[in-house]
Amino acid sequence: MMKRLAALLLSLCLPMAALAQPMGDPTPLQYRDRAEEARFHALTAELRCVQCQNQSLADSNAQIAHDLRREVLVLMHEGHSDAEIKQFLVERYGEFVLYRPRMQGSTLLLWLTPGVLLLAGTALLVVQVRRRRHAAPLPAAEDASQEDRQW
Amino acid sequence: MSDSNPTPPRRLPPVAVFIGALFFFGLVALMLYGVARSDRPDRDTLPSALIGKPAPSFVLPVLHDPNVKVKSTELLGAPYLLNVWGSWCPTCRDEHPILTRFAETKRVRVIGYNWKDERADALRWLEQLGNPYMLVLADEEGRTALDWGIAAAPETFLVDDHGIVRWKYSGAITQDVLDRQLIPALEKIEAAGKGKAQR
Repeated sequence: MMKRLAALLLSLCLPMAALAQPMGDPTPLQYRDRAEEARFHALTAELRCVQCQNQSLADSNAQIAHDLRREVLVLMHEGHSDAEIKQFLVERYGEFVLYRPRMQGSTLLLWLTPGVLLLAGTALLVVQVRRRRHAAPLPAAEDASQEDRQW
Repeated sequence: MSDSNPTPPRRLPPVAVFIGALFFFGLVALMLYGVARSDRPDRDTLPSALIGKPAPSFVLPVLHDPNVKVKSTELLGAPYLLNVWGSWCPTCRDEHPILTRFAETKRVRVIGYNWKDERADALRWLEQLGNPYMLVLADEEGRTALDWGIAAAPETFLVDDHGIVRWKYSGAITQDVLDRQLIPALEKIEAAGKGKAQR
């Protein structure tokens, strides 16, 4: 009974457990030099793991992340640029692998919404402030604003 | 703001109120949509980047006879279902009976993709559970799997007669997935093939 309960709790902790991952390959990655290692870490930190979706490729311990890290290093050794490596992954796993989505038709809304909201908020604020300034300064209004502040 | 306030604060212009309300209800609708979606078993799956694109070209050995290599071009001419599995994958065991029953209908070629597995383990798995596959390709290294955009097992691809990926499912195939997704996708391919044959 306890075992079953434990298994149930465990399965709740692992929502992706239904999709299995193969066993690990123990050989660590071999970097040529420090600069390459730094470039590798910077690049994989910007790529998302395709299995454990809230981890970067650099952080994830899923087997597919191991495989993809290995592939990224191979591509680096073959002399591909960061942009080419990202393109390689996007072609296979989709836009999703990029933590910083590219600016294009389908991501326009994503990129522009914050700016539009900021502009709209600023405009609203400016309009309100101007109106208050034009309104006659009543003592009651003063009270109200103080009340606001306390609130 | 309290009710005792003798001069109520200036109201926002109606347009602003309307936009605000629209925004608020938009957010609520988005949240409801998220909640409604959250009980779907495939809620975390990503859309495949390969849908509508040619399946990657590959050369892979056959599991049962590693000396025989299969090229992706040899599979053209008729649609096929590519099912990614491994003997290490418990969910593959779950979908195995449903996949087997579907394969027995001979509706489409069902090809196994044995991903990052030990050959002996894979063969034992097929012996124990039965082999639903017409052919099993072995990808021990898992490099071709990256070209397919495989992230976990099981995953299933439907490739049409021209080698274009038409459908993909991540996770265990159920009867529901078969009836509602795979078979309609297959019917579409078959209809397209017939249309061309008549012309």
